[in-house]
Amino acid sequence: MRQEFNRLSEVTVLLLLGCGLVMSAEENPALEPYYEWQIEAFAINAPLGGLVGNPENGRKIAITRKKGNCIACHVMPIPEVEFHGNLGPSLTGLASRRTEGQIRLRIVDGKQLNPTTVMPGYYRNPRYFNQVRKSFKGKTVLTAQEIEDLVVYLMTLQ
Amino acid sequence: MIEADKKRLIAAFLSLVILAVPGSAHAWQEAKSGYEFMTPESREMQDDDFENPGMLTVEEGQVLFVTTANNGKTCGSCHGDGGSKLDLERIAQYPVYSESLKKPFTLRNQIHFCWDERLQNKPMRKYSDPRAIALETFVRHQARNKPVNVNIDGQLKPFYEAGKAFYNQRAGQLDMACTNCHHDFPGRKLRGQTLSQGHSNGFPTYRLANSRVNGLHERFRQCQHRFRAKALKSGSEEYVNLEVYINAIGNGLEIETPALRY
Repeated sequence: MRQEFNRLSEVTVLLLLGCGLVMSAEENPALEPYYEWQIEAFAINAPLGGLVGNPENGRKIAITRKKGNCIACHVMPIPEVEFHGNLGPSLTGLASRRTEGQIRLRIVDGKQLNPTTVMPGYYRNPRYFNQVRKSFKGKTVLTAQEIEDLVVYLMTLQ
Repeated sequence: MIEADKKRLIAAFLSLVILAVPGSAHAWQEAKSGYEFMTPESREMQDDDFENPGMLTVEEGQVLFVTTANNGKTCGSCHGDGGSKLDLERIAQYPVYSESLKKPFTLRNQIHFCWDERLQNKPMRKYSDPRAIALETFVRHQARNKPVNVNIDGQLKPFYEAGKAFYNQRAGQLDMACTNCHHDFPGRKLRGQTLSQGHSNGFPTYRLANSRVNGLHERFRQCQHRFRAKALKSGSEEYVNLEVYINAIGNGLEIETPALRY
């Protein structure tokens, strides 16, 4: 219920929302700061924290189970890995259908667009999570740098 | 207002109504056993009692069933040797509502109760004690092919509703609920694995993924752990409610214990 309310309120403030909570250092000193982001016209156009992505790392993140694990749910043009899932759409040719900013929003927090999606928000604000295992508390699934790596890799899928 | 606008308004209103009632309709209309989502090879393996590795746990349970307890009795003293006097229709109705506890009582709760109270054995401390799982596997195996038949019209109703809420509640860093996969995507592929509707009619079930027979609550824990949630305890109130809900949405499916699953 609480989550549904959260989701609803997120959608209402879709245009202004930056989820600007910075994790306090006392909470967990190992955490990197949570970079604010903004949705404009259904996209996050600015790279998180102004970081520059590395497409080779991005490709690795996409096929690493404990990182992005994109192939668990998406068919991708990565032939050396077997058994791509099909819960989500194929990512082949993604960059010809979506802008960089649209891709970034979908990876960061797709629930802003579709609250019932199965896709995790890889940079969703951790304060929205419920019943989180201790070792993942207060953390995003991927770091801001890993998000940017993925985005530039996915932009190569013309 | 012109006609097209009216139509658009009505359509918008209707879609709001539909979207505002989460879980009002299942993505699947008809309950299908996880068996239907397995490969022909795995189905054959389940169907052949000599090939089905879960049958070893049935045998373990059978041995416990006739083992003499501290008070000189065995399970068979009441339930017949080999379970011949077990009420098979009753087994298919679990979890049932306990009048004395005022809450649902699972088949495994019943086994713990018999073990501790009726047989006066040294109590099994954990709900997930392997002996309790083996006994549950043996007992539920006796009711194989009986249709699951949980009655949620009466006092179980609020527990069913609580279980349903839990089924729809996202959890963990990956922020997923049971419904996001087993309601929305049965039949689709998650890596090499085909998602099922997530029914419980095969439980306790042999999992190829961990090469042992798993109870339902232990499977809940594995799912929750996987999406980076803090798994709850086997036998917890939340998981018992979830068992009520999941068993009930599979009403009519035949018990397959011990099934074979991924």
